[in-house]
Amino acid sequence: MEKFVTLKGLVAPLDRPNVDTDAIIPKQFLKSIKRSGFGPNLFDEWRYLDRGEPGVDNHHRPLNPDFVLNQARYQGAQVLLARDNFGCGSSREHAPWALEDYGFRCIIAPSFADIFYNNCFKNGILPIVLAATVVDQLFAETAATEGYALEVDLPRQVVTTPGGDTFPFEVDEFRKHCLLNGLDDIGLTLQHVDEIKAFEEKHRAASPWLFRNADPRATGS
Amino acid sequence: MSGKTLYDKLWDAHVVRANDDGSCLIYIDRQLVHEVTSPQAFEGLRLAGRQPWRVDANLATPDHNVPTTDRAAGLAGISDPISKLQVQTLDANCDEFGITEFKMNDLRQGIVHVVGPEQGATLPGMTVVCGDSHTSTHGALGALAHGIGTSEVEHVLATQCLIQKKSKNMLVKVNGKVGAGVTAKDIVLAIIGEIGTAGGTGYAIEFGGEAIADLSIEGRMTVCNMAIEAGARAGMVAVDEKTIEYVKGRPYAPGEAQWPAAVAAWSELHSDTDAVFDKVVELDAEAIKPQVTWGTSPEMVVAVDARVPDPAAEPDAVKRTGMEKALAYMGLKANMPVTDIKLDRVFIGSCTNSRIEDFRAAAAVVKGRKVASSVKQALVVPGSGLVKAQAQEEGLDKVFIDAGFEWREPGCSMCLAMNADRLGEGEHCASTSNRNFEGRQGAGGRTHLVSPAMAAAAAIAGHFTDVRDMTA
Repeated sequence: MEKFVTLKGLVAPLDRPNVDTDAIIPKQFLKSIKRSGFGPNLFDEWRYLDRGEPGVDNHHRPLNPDFVLNQARYQGAQVLLARDNFGCGSSREHAPWALEDYGFRCIIAPSFADIFYNNCFKNGILPIVLAATVVDQLFAETAATEGYALEVDLPRQVVTTPGGDTFPFEVDEFRKHCLLNGLDDIGLTLQHVDEIKAFEEKHRAASPWLFRNADPRATGS
Repeated sequence: MSGKTLYDKLWDAHVVRANDDGSCLIYIDRQLVHEVTSPQAFEGLRLAGRQPWRVDANLATPDHNVPTTDRAAGLAGISDPISKLQVQTLDANCDEFGITEFKMNDLRQGIVHVVGPEQGATLPGMTVVCGDSHTSTHGALGALAHGIGTSEVEHVLATQCLIQKKSKNMLVKVNGKVGAGVTAKDIVLAIIGEIGTAGGTGYAIEFGGEAIADLSIEGRMTVCNMAIEAGARAGMVAVDEKTIEYVKGRPYAPGEAQWPAAVAAWSELHSDTDAVFDKVVELDAEAIKPQVTWGTSPEMVVAVDARVPDPAAEPDAVKRTGMEKALAYMGLKANMPVTDIKLDRVFIGSCTNSRIEDFRAAAAVVKGRKVASSVKQALVVPGSGLVKAQAQEEGLDKVFIDAGFEWREPGCSMCLAMNADRLGEGEHCASTSNRNFEGRQGAGGRTHLVSPAMAAAAAIAGHFTDVRDMTA
């Protein structure tokens, strides 16, 4: 996973609430057995005028000129500004894979859906919750100023606007630690192998029915 | 000190270690695996040279991509080569790592969230995860169950644990009794209409009250299934006699020797009377009518006898814009009666409503009637091979086929249209599934979420109609 420490990134605004993961990456692209290559199909149904399918060369597809990410001023954006309940719906991690592959490293919204929020941290994306009034201000400033960029400082947990406003944000210590260092949390968990084994033994003794072999054929039962 | 909620008890029983920042390492008893969200997790294991921690904690079945038409040709019958590769990859991964899989033509194959409880592979008191947000379904058995992303699928495979921060406790209490013709689906849609799609974000929801206690276990699964549609990763219902009766005798359930101890442990799986919830929401069951969604979010829902809401009456600007966009996408006008919405297709299926009781309820409406000629297609897709077999034993397949429905093979099907079952551009569908997002059932498709009985009634009438008028 790529580290996230600080970022100064162009902001793209996506002004609608309840953006679901079906919209972020439509289902036909979930058939891939890879983790990469989803960026060209990010927001596919809003971004293109035709219907996308896996394996199609996206360079030759007609773009929807009204969709915000297709506007010249937002090319190269790394910060996505969004509304309430961003990432709701399906748990597909293909959503953060697509956002990251497109180039977004940070998403700012008044609220996120839980599973999506969690999935972001596994993929080097920092989701930041800011108050709705602050997000309103950022939307207004983004619209008013071409090239509007925000500075995101994860060690200090603060977002700074071009005008010098600063907005602190919350992030769990463990998640921050993993993002700052680009750590694989499976490796970290496996540092506690002995504790897991000890728990498992106790758990098995207390509730042996939870440990029946999952295949009745194998046990002959 | 106050008592514990059901969620507190399930959580506390699975904490392996507590970290300094408040997160915990939680032990996972069961992981369900399907073909869409697992290939990258298995690949991750291989790349890191890791083995599954406990192979027998996992159970796999392909569901999202599988065809629901004739399967005699096996994998060769999957016409989309990318879908086929994904199903083949699941087979290969399960074979390689020794994970039990109900393959496509196994009688036990089906939608993971139907298969797990049906097999007794998900049990009261378990922690259950799956790379699928509708894993909340299993909470109906008094389990702590929630969806995870693919990185976490890999994490559970490798460590049998998840790093989690405890959610807050919410109680949604549905008081009193629902009227005739009002089902579990209507209850949960009414709850989502009340608290909104983000109302449960950050919470684990326990569903309680007389109307929930009155539901069968299958009905409770329908309610818990859609907890995620209210923003809550986990939904759950306390264990009672019905739960224990449901589990008994299932293939993976405890055998006779372990049964008394298991029942004794499960009998504790309810919130203590003095437990404190961070939030309590109460609904009056008698006030709940059959529900129909009109928009592109499950919270955009009204009673069947209501009118499509008018954005002009919404004071919040962001919400108003959302409503306008939804109406435009859905091709509906504000203030039109819901019963004026005409249907092109009808879908009875999905992890929300594809169990035997769902089919019995739909068949009771359909029996002796015909699907309206204006409806292009009406599909019934069982949740598993065993549900299909049971329905056929009861003759329900004939009821549906005689009425003009198509009777299909088990899978996720038109709920998310990863296989060939999908809506065309602009088509309206009465669907018993769980999400009415834009394009969910096919690009440009327009989904209306309803109960199986309401979907059946809509198929017959060709437009939405109050099922209570048809059964009276």
